[in-house]
Amino acid sequence: MSNKMHIKLTVNGAEEEFLAEPRELLIYTLRERLGITGPHIGCETSHCGACTVNLNGKTIKSCTMFVAQANGAEVTTIEGMGGPDALHPLQEAFKEHHGLQCGYCTPGMITRAAKLLEENPSPTEEEVRFGMAGNLCRCTGYQNIVKAIMAAAADMSSSKEAAQ
Amino acid sequence: MKDEVTREERVDALGGMGCKRKRVEDARFTQGKGNYVDDLKLDGMLFGDFVRSPYAHARVKSVDSSAAMEVPGVLAVLTAADLEPLGLHWMPTLAGDKMMVLADGKVLYQGQEVAFVVATDRYAAADGIESVEVEYEELPVLVDPFEALQSDVVLREDLLGADGGTPDGAHGPRNHPNHIFTWEAGDKDATEQVIGAADVVAEEMVYYHRTHPCPLETCGCVASMDKVNGKLTLWGTFQAPHAIRTVVSLISGIEEHNIRVISPDIGGGFGNKVGAYPGYVCSVVASIVTGKPVKWIEDRMDNLMTTAFARDYWMQGKIAATKEGKITGLWCHTTADHGGFDACADPTKFPAGFMNICTGSYDIPTAYLAVDGVYTNKAPGGVAYRCSFRVTEAAYFIERMIEVLAIELGMDAAELRRINFIKAEQFPYQSALGWEYDSGDYHTAWGKAMAAVGYDDLRAEQAQRVADFKAGKTRKLLGIGLCHFTEIVGAGPVKNCDILGLGMFDSCEIRIHPTGSAIARLGTISQGQGHATTFAQILATEIGLPADSITIEEGDTDTAPYGLGTYGSRSTPVAGAATAMAGRKIRAKAQMIAAYLLEVHDGDVEFDVDRFVVKGAPERFKTMKEIAFASYNQAIPGLEPGLEAVSYYDPPNMTYPFGAYVCVMEIDVDTGEHEIRQFYALDDCGTRINPMIIEGQVHGGLTEALAIAMGQEIAYDEMGNVKTATLMDFFLPTAVETPHYTTDHTVTPSPHHPIGAKGVGESPNVGGVPAFSNAVHDAFRAFGLRQSHMPHDHWRIWKIANELGLHG
Repeated sequence: MSNKMHIKLTVNGAEEEFLAEPRELLIYTLRERLGITGPHIGCETSHCGACTVNLNGKTIKSCTMFVAQANGAEVTTIEGMGGPDALHPLQEAFKEHHGLQCGYCTPGMITRAAKLLEENPSPTEEEVRFGMAGNLCRCTGYQNIVKAIMAAAADMSSSKEAAQ
Repeated sequence: MKDEVTREERVDALGGMGCKRKRVEDARFTQGKGNYVDDLKLDGMLFGDFVRSPYAHARVKSVDSSAAMEVPGVLAVLTAADLEPLGLHWMPTLAGDKMMVLADGKVLYQGQEVAFVVATDRYAAADGIESVEVEYEELPVLVDPFEALQSDVVLREDLLGADGGTPDGAHGPRNHPNHIFTWEAGDKDATEQVIGAADVVAEEMVYYHRTHPCPLETCGCVASMDKVNGKLTLWGTFQAPHAIRTVVSLISGIEEHNIRVISPDIGGGFGNKVGAYPGYVCSVVASIVTGKPVKWIEDRMDNLMTTAFARDYWMQGKIAATKEGKITGLWCHTTADHGGFDACADPTKFPAGFMNICTGSYDIPTAYLAVDGVYTNKAPGGVAYRCSFRVTEAAYFIERMIEVLAIELGMDAAELRRINFIKAEQFPYQSALGWEYDSGDYHTAWGKAMAAVGYDDLRAEQAQRVADFKAGKTRKLLGIGLCHFTEIVGAGPVKNCDILGLGMFDSCEIRIHPTGSAIARLGTISQGQGHATTFAQILATEIGLPADSITIEEGDTDTAPYGLGTYGSRSTPVAGAATAMAGRKIRAKAQMIAAYLLEVHDGDVEFDVDRFVVKGAPERFKTMKEIAFASYNQAIPGLEPGLEAVSYYDPPNMTYPFGAYVCVMEIDVDTGEHEIRQFYALDDCGTRINPMIIEGQVHGGLTEALAIAMGQEIAYDEMGNVKTATLMDFFLPTAVETPHYTTDHTVTPSPHHPIGAKGVGESPNVGGVPAFSNAVHDAFRAFGLRQSHMPHDHWRIWKIANELGLHG
C-alpha cells in the first residue's frame, strides 16, 4: 500500500529495515515480522506488561506503541538479555527463587527488572514492588519475583565490586 | 576420596519426592523461548476473528458480509447460515445444554459471536469485522436471576416445547422457561425440623459475585486441516486436550484418529481453558473451507466478556445451633446465574459442582442444599476459577455463615469453629450432604495457626482499637479474618464423575531407555504448575532413577495416554497417582530382572532407593540403571524385552485438602482503603512432593483470592453491558497491592492415594477469599455489620462505614 512507512530499527543489536503501515504496533513487528516471540500480548491496553521491551533506555509497553513511533530506536527484548551459554543474573535468579510459573509474564518481568536495576542498583523491597507495578503476574503472587530481583541486585552489585 | 556413597546421598541424588527441586521448565521461559499457541507460525496461516454483538439480547435480522468480502486480505466470512448445513451452528456444552457457535437468529449476551472473519492477518481481519453489516432488533434484557425466574421474557425460545411449555432439561424438570435445573442434596424435612426447633438460628444471604479467571494469556488455537491426508491438527490453550479431541470428533464427524490435539505451553489457565469455545469450531471450519491453517486468538475484551465466567451464586443460608454453639443443622438455597447457555464445566451428575461440600470443616449432623440454575443475558461459562467445581462458593458460604452465627451467639468465631470441627478420630467422615472425607486433623492445624498469629493478643489489640476509635483517637479499624476450609478435589471416581460420558480417570505411560533415563507421558497438561518438575520427582522415588534423567511430556494426544486434563486440582490426586502406579509396574518388572541377574528368586530381592538388593546381603545388588540396560540386552526367560508401563488410575475417592488461614487487615474508615498487615496460611495437602512449588502455588492462589475478595468482578449494567471488560476496570493486583504471605503446613496424608498426596493448587483461592472477606466484616463487627457483599473495593468499604454511621 502506498501509505507504508520506511522504518529502521535496531533490535537486540541487529539492524532491521522494512516498510510498515502507520498503524502497525511494535509488538506486531517484533512477533510477526521479526519472529521475536519472547514479548507476549496480554491486554493490549498497557496494563499487564507481558509485551514489555526496553527502547532507547526506557521500559515501554510494545502493545501500545506504533512501530512508526519507534523509528530509529534501539530495542532490547528478553532475547537480547542472555542465552544458554551466559544467562543474565536475573534469568538465573528467577529460576533459583521460583519467580515464575506459567512463564507468560516472565520475559516482560525480566526485561523490566533489568532496567529497574540499571536505574536503581540496590533497591529496597518497596522500591522493587513499585518499580515492577507495570507488570502483572497471575501465578506467583509476586513474592518470589521480588525475592529474585533483590537477589539478582545483590549478585550484580557484588560482581561489579569484584570487577572493580 | 570416598569409595562408598551413603544411602542418604543416593536418596539426594535422585531429586525425588519432598525435595525443593528447581523447575526444569524455567530455562526456556526465562529466555523467552516458551512455545505458546500465539507463537506458532505456519506457512500460509490465516487469522480469524469475530464480529460480536453489542447487545445483550436482540434478534439478529440479517448479517451482510458482502462489503467485508471486498476488504483487501479478507478471504471468508462465516455465519450461522454457513455452519448450519454442517450441523455446526450450535454445539453441545459440557453441562448437557447446547450453545450457538454463531448467532442463530438472536443473541443472548453482549460479545456473543455473530460472524467469523478470516483474513491474511490480524489487521485485515479487523478491517473485515468493521465492514460486516448486522441488523439487530433489541429485546428486553434480564441481568437479575431472580427477575428472570418471574419474567415473561423467554431467553431460550429454542428450548420451548411444541405446546409452548417447558420440557425437562438435562438435569430434570424446569419450572419456568428461564429455569435450567433444580439440584438437591441432603434431607430437607429433617433439616427444616432441626432449624425450627433450634436454640439459635442465623440466617443470611451470601452472594459470591461473578468474576473471571483472566489468565495472562487469553484463549486461542490454530487449526490446520491437511486435506491430502485427511488429518486435522489443532493446537490450542486446552486444559483438557484429550477431551477436546473427542468433542471435536463428535461434533465435526472427523474420526478421532484423524485428529491430533496439541496443548503447547499454556500461559495460565485457572479454569478459563477447560471449555470448548466457538473460536475453536470456527477455526476448524475455516481451515477446512480455506485449506489453510487458521489462527484465532482472543483479545482481552473478548476473553473477559465471553469465555468462562466464574461464580455468580446467590446463597441463602440458615444455620442452627445450641446456645452453647454446637451446630445442629445447615440449610442452603442457591440461585445460580448461568448466563445465556448452561456451559458450566462440572462433572455430568453435578450441575452445581461440588457445592454440597458446603458443610465445610464442621461436624454438622443434618443439612440440606438446593440449587436452581437460571438463564440470564450474561455470558455462559460457570467454570471453576482455581477451584474444584464450586468448592470456592461452598467454602465462602459456610465460612460466612459461621461468622454470622458467631455474631448471633455473641461468641468468638475462632472458638465457634474449634468446637464444631470434625475430630481427627472421626475420619473417614461421612458428611450430611453425601461425601466421605478421607483424612484430616483440623484441631491441630487450627491450634498451630492461632498460636502462630498470637490470636488472643490480636483480639486484645482489636478491642483497644475499637475503644480508641470510639474515643476519637484513630480512624482505622482492625479486622481479623479467619478461615478454616476443607476442599474436595481430584475428580474423580469414574463411578460418579464423568464429563460428556468420559470417566474422570487419568493416566501415565513410562518408557525406560537402555541407558537408564526415561520418558513419561501423562493425560494432564501443566499451565504453570510445574508438572515436568514434580511428576519426575514422584517417578524418581518410585523407580530409582534420577528426576534429572526423566523427561515428562503432556498435551499431545497422538503421543500421550488419554486423560481428562488439568483443572479442579486433579493432576496430583489422579495423574500423580497414575504416575506412582505406573512406576510400581516398572519396579515389579525390574524386580524380576534383578532377581534373574543376581540368580535368586524374585522374592529374595528388595527395592532400596535406586537398586534391588539381595535381602540380607546388601553388597549384592543391581542398580536400576543396570536393570534398564539388562531389559534391552538380555534374553530373560518368561519376560518380554524392554521396560515400559502404563497406568490408567481410577481414584477410589476424592481427596480433601484443608487449611487454616488468618488475615489481619487495617481499614481506613474515611477512605475505605485497606492494608493487609499479616497473612498466615497453613495448608495441609497430604504428602508434599515439592515444598518450593507448593509455596509458590499458595502465594499465587492467595493473590487471586485477594483480587476476587477486594475488587475483581464482572459487572453488568441493566442493559447487559459488561462494565469491566478491560484491565482498566477488571482488578488484577500489582506487586504493590499484594501483601507478603507467611506459609506453614501440617501433613495428613490421604489414606487412599498411592503416595498420600492431596493437591494444593486451588486451596489458597478457596480459603483465601473467606479470609480476606471475613477480615473486612470482622473490622466492622463491633459496629453491627453482619453481611456485605464482595468485592470489597474502597468504595464499598467506605459505604459500609457510611451506612453504619461511622462518618459522623
